[in-house]
Amino acid sequence: MTQWFMLTLVGKDRIGIVARVTTALYQGGCHLGEASMLRMDGNFTIMLMVHFPGTKAALTALLAPIADELQLHIHIDPSVGEQTTRQEPNVQISVHSADRAGIVAQVTSILAAAGLNILDLESDIGGHANNPFYIMQIEGVATRGIEALQQALQTWHQTSEQTIEVRLTPITTTIF
Amino acid sequence: MAILEILTYPDPRLKMIAEPITEFNADLAVFIANLEETLRAAPGGVGIAAPQVGILQRIVIIDVSSKPKIKHHGRLILINPEINHWKGFAIGREGCMSVPDYTGKVVRAEQIELSAQDESGTRQHYQMEGYEARAVQHELDHLDGILFIDRLISRRHDLFHR
Repeated sequence: MTQWFMLTLVGKDRIGIVARVTTALYQGGCHLGEASMLRMDGNFTIMLMVHFPGTKAALTALLAPIADELQLHIHIDPSVGEQTTRQEPNVQISVHSADRAGIVAQVTSILAAAGLNILDLESDIGGHANNPFYIMQIEGVATRGIEALQQALQTWHQTSEQTIEVRLTPITTTIF
Repeated sequence: MAILEILTYPDPRLKMIAEPITEFNADLAVFIANLEETLRAAPGGVGIAAPQVGILQRIVIIDVSSKPKIKHHGRLILINPEINHWKGFAIGREGCMSVPDYTGKVVRAEQIELSAQDESGTRQHYQMEGYEARAVQHELDHLDGILFIDRLISRRHDLFHR
């Protein structure tokens, strides 16, 4: 049986969610791994790797009192615990445009077809309410090489009517 | 000559401040030779600082000449080095032999002016940029007990927030 679980948690943001949840996990014998925690539109979201020497049911029961009290939606999946073999990004793509529907779908479809495996994507809306812009940053692995991505974006730029700015920057990681 | 053991975080010696070198003698030459052999034995190694092998002295070796298409000064022994001027900044992804299996983004100056004594004790001056400047800043940090994980920037700091 795997000892790693992926915990997904969403609830209305308030002070102390992280402290309460992680204290309950710690007191229940858990060990924490990678995490992504973020406030998003009034909610607080947690995605967290948890090492727990028990069953999914036992882990769910461990968090149940806090989930009830803080009104948190919690989802738990068994996971493989692959932190030691995690992938490093070798390309970063910055995208910005006047905000409209379909930007993410278009850009990521082109990139996926050219071999991009997305490891991290963040996006936000800026500008005034009557003139918003969309901004997105992607990090990933160019599985068919960075050249393939560049070529795909260039072809798209030449044939597309859209004015979406896309900038691709290689990420070189140096071990000093 | 000998390959020395590279300390890894959280060894407390990596967080200590190294002492200046005052005597340029045969012992120093032997240590530098061993430190360089250790660097050359590391896969892809381009720089090493004495505290990484547990010697708390202000000695760094840099050699980025294996990297294609960059400006560099070749093999450099930097003793009691000091950065006198910084210009520009760039974000880069770094790892470290002393912090295995982890990489992260760090802001470094794009250009630096550096002075350091060489193996004979003569003070030299260098102007560096790009990759070599980043490597020097990373290694010099080791002399002050600073690791790149002390300088990580948040992923979100790349975004242009309102």
